[in-house]
Amino acid sequence: MCGIAGIIYRNGDGGHRVGRDMTRMLQSMKHRGPDSTGYALYRAPTRDIVLRMKLGEANDPSDLEQADDLRRRRRQAEAHIRAAGAQILAIEQINPYTISATLGYEGELKHLADHVESVPHVEVLSLGHALEIIKDLGDAKAVGSAYHLDDYFGSHGIGHVRMATESDVDIANAHPYWAYPFSDVAVVHNGQLTNYHQWRRRLERAGHRFASACDSEIIAVYLAERMSQGDSLEAAMRQSLEELDGVFTYLCVTEDALGVAKDELAAKPLVLYEGEDMVAMASEEIAIRAVIDHEIDTYDPYESEVLVWTR
Amino acid sequence: MDALTLDDASGRGARFDARGLVELDETVPRIAEISGHAASFDAHDLTTRQINLELRRLVYEEGVTDVTVRNPGARHSLGVGILARCRITFEGSLGYFGCGMIDGPEVHITGRVGWSACENMMSGVVVIDGNAGSLTGAALRGGDIVVKGRVGARSGIDQKGGTILILGDVGSMTGFMMQRGRQIICGNAGPGLGDSMYDGVIYVGGSVKSVGIDCVPGEWTDDDTELIERKFSIYGLGTPPKFQKFVCGKKLYNYDALEPSERKLVL
Repeated sequence: MCGIAGIIYRNGDGGHRVGRDMTRMLQSMKHRGPDSTGYALYRAPTRDIVLRMKLGEANDPSDLEQADDLRRRRRQAEAHIRAAGAQILAIEQINPYTISATLGYEGELKHLADHVESVPHVEVLSLGHALEIIKDLGDAKAVGSAYHLDDYFGSHGIGHVRMATESDVDIANAHPYWAYPFSDVAVVHNGQLTNYHQWRRRLERAGHRFASACDSEIIAVYLAERMSQGDSLEAAMRQSLEELDGVFTYLCVTEDALGVAKDELAAKPLVLYEGEDMVAMASEEIAIRAVIDHEIDTYDPYESEVLVWTR
Repeated sequence: MDALTLDDASGRGARFDARGLVELDETVPRIAEISGHAASFDAHDLTTRQINLELRRLVYEEGVTDVTVRNPGARHSLGVGILARCRITFEGSLGYFGCGMIDGPEVHITGRVGWSACENMMSGVVVIDGNAGSLTGAALRGGDIVVKGRVGARSGIDQKGGTILILGDVGSMTGFMMQRGRQIICGNAGPGLGDSMYDGVIYVGGSVKSVGIDCVPGEWTDDDTELIERKFSIYGLGTPPKFQKFVCGKKLYNYDALEPSERKLVL
């Protein structure tokens, strides 16, 4: 089933409590997906690059050997970051398997990401000037407090609660997906894609890597591929309605925009609230009510609709 | 195993079984202010189950015929399964499955409703001031649903009776597989209108993006005019616009299973 949510503040200066608001929205939709919860949050962009990576899985057996492995992977990853030509300005171990780092780097992101991921079992969760992807097993309350998201200030974000249907329950298969290797683009998706293998082969031939076996990852990489060829976010999303088969409602975020697309059957839900100070959307209105206390007007977008807002 | 207290969908503490999956029976909160045949209560701090228990207590035990529920907060499954003549007002919005399987009540919702509102309703009236989600009036058996805003996709899917009156636009596949009953749509209709309908009538005031399989324009009769004028006057909606009528083409009634090569032989 899965639940998706997004929020973008009209005055997008990065001073809004997007982490707390997103936790509230996702927690109220826990019944749509209790397996894992994920966030793609945007803070005020900087010149530096923010890297989030995981060294292992949350459900790997945690023993002494595992602790050694994680330590070794961190050392190797740091060495690979430097070898790629990046300077580590700050690095934080959020939990045994998650690292957040601020990097000074001017080169190509693909070069950097590939260097980091050449360490076995290390996966880049997100790379960009403003984007941070946080995802883990459990509900929004658990993930939000484990990653201290209540104090996360930013301009916009999307989130996902997952009920796994076609791939494993672990962090690699949790949403949101970063649009490797495209800076600051992330996607969450509710639905199933039926031409997944076709697109995966096509995109792999074009040189993209896939970190999971989840069909939703295709959307992120597909959009990134089109945008790297010069399409705007909206144009890329419109084209996706023609080229992706299946049932879907997905949200895509970039450094300054948030877009939503629905398939031609309008098979998956989305409720939309466009207020004066923010735009909020979710699979169920109850999630929007979790951040807005008064009576509001909301509506469901129709089939084949693509809508984009900027901060 | 012991019961757990967990947050329900709207963050209120509700009692669940030890697996955290099934919400346990609640005690009736008994917080409504009753005066004569009317009563009202604030749902803000209640769980979904408590709201429905309080509603049922008022209607079935206290003989109240006019209930007002404040702050429903877009929660799911509110006002379901009420099987008595009464008047219920929700001051606010409902989530999914609002007022499903009701038989008799006159319900007024001042906000909007989510997916599958009034599914399998048997009789009564539901008036929604705002918008409605997809699958509104799914498998409707009788009664009237009036939506003053717009609705999502597949409204009246599998409809078996009753009337759905929508002042705004409707999404794709409206009236999908409907078997009886009427839909009066004042706005525009999305693609696949009346797809695979067996019977029933759909009136559309605006434009139709495309009709579905075996949905064809119908012949207008005086009965159609009478029905629409009557419904508009009951709900105080003023003068009705001009409508197009769509019915079932009955081409799908007989199954044509011949392969193209076989058909050539037969002909």
